[in-house]
Amino acid sequence: MTKQIAIDARNVGKIYGVGVHAVTALGDVSIAIEQGEFFTLLGPSGCGKTTLLRCIAGFETPTSGSIHLSGRDITYTPPNERPVNTVFQSYALFPHLSVADNIGFGLKMQGKPAKEVKAAVERVLALVKLEDFAKRLPQQLSGGQQQRVALARALAPQPEVLLLDEPLSALDLKLRKEMQSELKRLQTETGITFIFVTHDQEEALTMSDRIAVMSAGELLQVGTPHDIYDRPVNRFVADFIGETNFVEGTVEGSAVRIGTGDLLDVTLDGHSGGVTLAVRPEQVSLRADGSGIAAQIVAATYLGTDTHYTLELGDKSLLVARIQSNSAGGMRVGDAVGLHIDAGAVQVLSA
Amino acid sequence: MSGRSKGLNGWLLSSPALILLLLAASGPLLIVAVYSVLEKGDYSGVRWILSGDGWFNVLFQRDIFDQTVSLADANLSIFWRSVKLSIATTLITFAFGLPTAWFIATRPPKSRALWLFLITIPFWTNLLIRTFAIMEVIRNQGILNTFLTWTGLISEPIQILYTDTAVLIGMVYVYLPLMVLPLYAAIDRFDFRLIEAGYDLYASRWQVLRGVILPIIRPGIVAGSILVFIPSLGAYVTPRVLGGGKNMMIGNFIELQFGQGQNWPLGAALSTVLLLVVLISLVVYTRVTSKDDPRG
Amino acid sequence: MADKKRAFDVTTLPGFTAIAITAFVLLYAPIITLVFYSFNGGNSVNQWGGFSLQWYVVAWNNEAVQDATARSLIIAVWAAVISTALATMAALGTTRRGKFKGQTVIYIIINQPLMVPEIVTAVALLIFFSSVKIATGYSGLGYLILAHSAFCIPFAYLPIKARLEGMDTAMETAAADLYATPWQTFRYVTLPLLLPGVIAGAMLAFIISLDNVIITEFVKSAGQDTLPTYMLGQLRRALTPEVNAISTALLALTVLILTVFFIVTKKRD
Repeated sequence: MTKQIAIDARNVGKIYGVGVHAVTALGDVSIAIEQGEFFTLLGPSGCGKTTLLRCIAGFETPTSGSIHLSGRDITYTPPNERPVNTVFQSYALFPHLSVADNIGFGLKMQGKPAKEVKAAVERVLALVKLEDFAKRLPQQLSGGQQQRVALARALAPQPEVLLLDEPLSALDLKLRKEMQSELKRLQTETGITFIFVTHDQEEALTMSDRIAVMSAGELLQVGTPHDIYDRPVNRFVADFIGETNFVEGTVEGSAVRIGTGDLLDVTLDGHSGGVTLAVRPEQVSLRADGSGIAAQIVAATYLGTDTHYTLELGDKSLLVARIQSNSAGGMRVGDAVGLHIDAGAVQVLSA
Repeated sequence: MSGRSKGLNGWLLSSPALILLLLAASGPLLIVAVYSVLEKGDYSGVRWILSGDGWFNVLFQRDIFDQTVSLADANLSIFWRSVKLSIATTLITFAFGLPTAWFIATRPPKSRALWLFLITIPFWTNLLIRTFAIMEVIRNQGILNTFLTWTGLISEPIQILYTDTAVLIGMVYVYLPLMVLPLYAAIDRFDFRLIEAGYDLYASRWQVLRGVILPIIRPGIVAGSILVFIPSLGAYVTPRVLGGGKNMMIGNFIELQFGQGQNWPLGAALSTVLLLVVLISLVVYTRVTSKDDPRG
Repeated sequence: MADKKRAFDVTTLPGFTAIAITAFVLLYAPIITLVFYSFNGGNSVNQWGGFSLQWYVVAWNNEAVQDATARSLIIAVWAAVISTALATMAALGTTRRGKFKGQTVIYIIINQPLMVPEIVTAVALLIFFSSVKIATGYSGLGYLILAHSAFCIPFAYLPIKARLEGMDTAMETAAADLYATPWQTFRYVTLPLLLPGVIAGAMLAFIISLDNVIITEFVKSAGQDTLPTYMLGQLRRALTPEVNAISTALLALTVLILTVFFIVTKKRD
């Protein structure tokens, strides 16, 4: 059974300005986002993720390509006629309206009868656990509460797609963690398609069903968090998602010879010639007996459960290893150690 | 610095300005109040005898032959004209001022300064020059009538000058910048993302204007209305030049009492009334705007 | 919608741009007409008789205009100097010191000329000064200078206060730390930093004084016409483009001062 497609972006491009001043915000992006999916657009600031989101919301019109919602072309539909709602980064709560009036705004604008609006507001208030704050003004709420109101306001009209533009960026760490699980719960309960924009890879990994990694207006990789973390398609994705060591090498037969002269037996996937190996710090282990690749510890950072060791190899290149603190057994800066790489987990990238 | 010496220094440094203002602006207002309850002098000035005639004459008149008391119709029509023209001026300047302020506030930052400058030039230009300029436009042989005759819309010039319409046109013209500037300040502070939120939640353009923009810029609307209404109510130059002596407003009526009318107590009482109306408007304004800020 | 493909601009409201452009045209058309006819070679304010500077020459050689201009400038310079000096002191006294008792009272008194209708102040001054004139026998320009200085204070005060509020008190603290006495701190730190605000305040006060009609009309003694009261008197008679010429000259002066004002206040931002 194939899943229904909620948002289908086809070859969407967006160029600002003309001539020599033209800036390409979106190159040529095609994504199909499934119904009921928690989909994340991930990338550094300026990568085009917010532009894409605003094209879906209707605040920007693509210069080329088209956007379809449940099979209907909405490329030029004004935002107030799209069954799509946005949770704004700044929340954009109406300062002159109470929490209840903010939440009921969309339904009221749609011309729903007052009774229906009231019932919907109560239902959504319960959903975000703000029943006691209905009469307050937005300024009288904490940041976390304002965030919930913004969420409730966008959910109340029961949109087909909910867009979230870095909604957690203004919250402190603890609140952000709470809201992450809260968002996930709301998405499961309502079954609405969520399109979430963030530059925080950890947030993306923990919450999403699928992630699209973007850079410089281009889509680099679309996949599940596992796909993206374990099998990044290129150096940018590997670097952006989690911590990664990059080791240069040359293919020799079925193995790769790295700068120190050692041979690593990795899965080549048809690569040949010069390659880059993406090695996650947790895929590196250290042996006090010196077996494996010779290395010297040049720095150690204690992180609680884990310790980060910076190692200098024979060719003076540096590598970071992440070792469980209780198994590190008295290794300290200056020690010569042997280094092992879990070759089966190493991702080979074209150099 | 201790709180007490802070206050002392504050008062000490401000005192020369305060003394001058009390001497040549605020203080004499008290004299006006006093004069309003004195008896009118033979030619001008007052006699130092307490009398309610000044205040009585604001609304009533006593027949010189049979001493019967009746409402002073002439005065009432002047008050009514002043209030009517001031309200109309406020409404029309708002109708033009809101789009103008919106237009300026939504220009790119570079050209915005220029548009703002274009609004401030008329604001700082001599009121008399502006009144004179509008007079040249609406007079019978002025460009407006010349243009209308040329288009064939009218066969002979329409008399606008020296009518209430002329006064209204003139006041709208001279007070428009006073409406635009506070509206611009309010719109400039306005968070345009709220408009996006409005459209995102299915509002039409009209619903966004009525339900989001107007309520939020309300302090600017109130400020602009007060800034236009107060000087309109006390207008003197514009009705004198464009109304041509017959179409008086309160300001001209007050002047008349100190000039040909030679009734200083009545003039003083009228001035006090005008002052009170203005003070009440200002109190209402403070109430309305402080209510808008729930934190304050 | 006419053009379906046009991007949805959230800042657009129907008809607003058209009304705004109309407003600008209506604001400037009369002024431009007035300036235009000041160069009229004919005798009438509405019959174009070719380009000429003759009315500027007429105005320049008119003794009444010369007198009124000189009087206007004398009063405006005095009023600007006095009001700016007093407003600077008041701004220093009321800004950056935290709240103190009676601050609101000071604000109200300083801003009072902005709130009270000018005609009421004019009447009040007429009553007050006419008694003083009788009592002292003095009827010179002093009354006008005094009155102008008073109502110019709030206009001078506002930019100076705004400037002060934007200044960091750390500067003065640093000066004091470097052994400056309070007077030296004021002279070498506060005043130079405050200067753009003071200049801006003085310019506004100058324009406000130069433009005043109503209070001047009521306070002046016989033969003390300023340029605006002279023009007000002229408007009752048959009009010649001479009034246009005087107006244009005043307008040019205002625009010039305003341009300098904007440059002075902009530069330090």
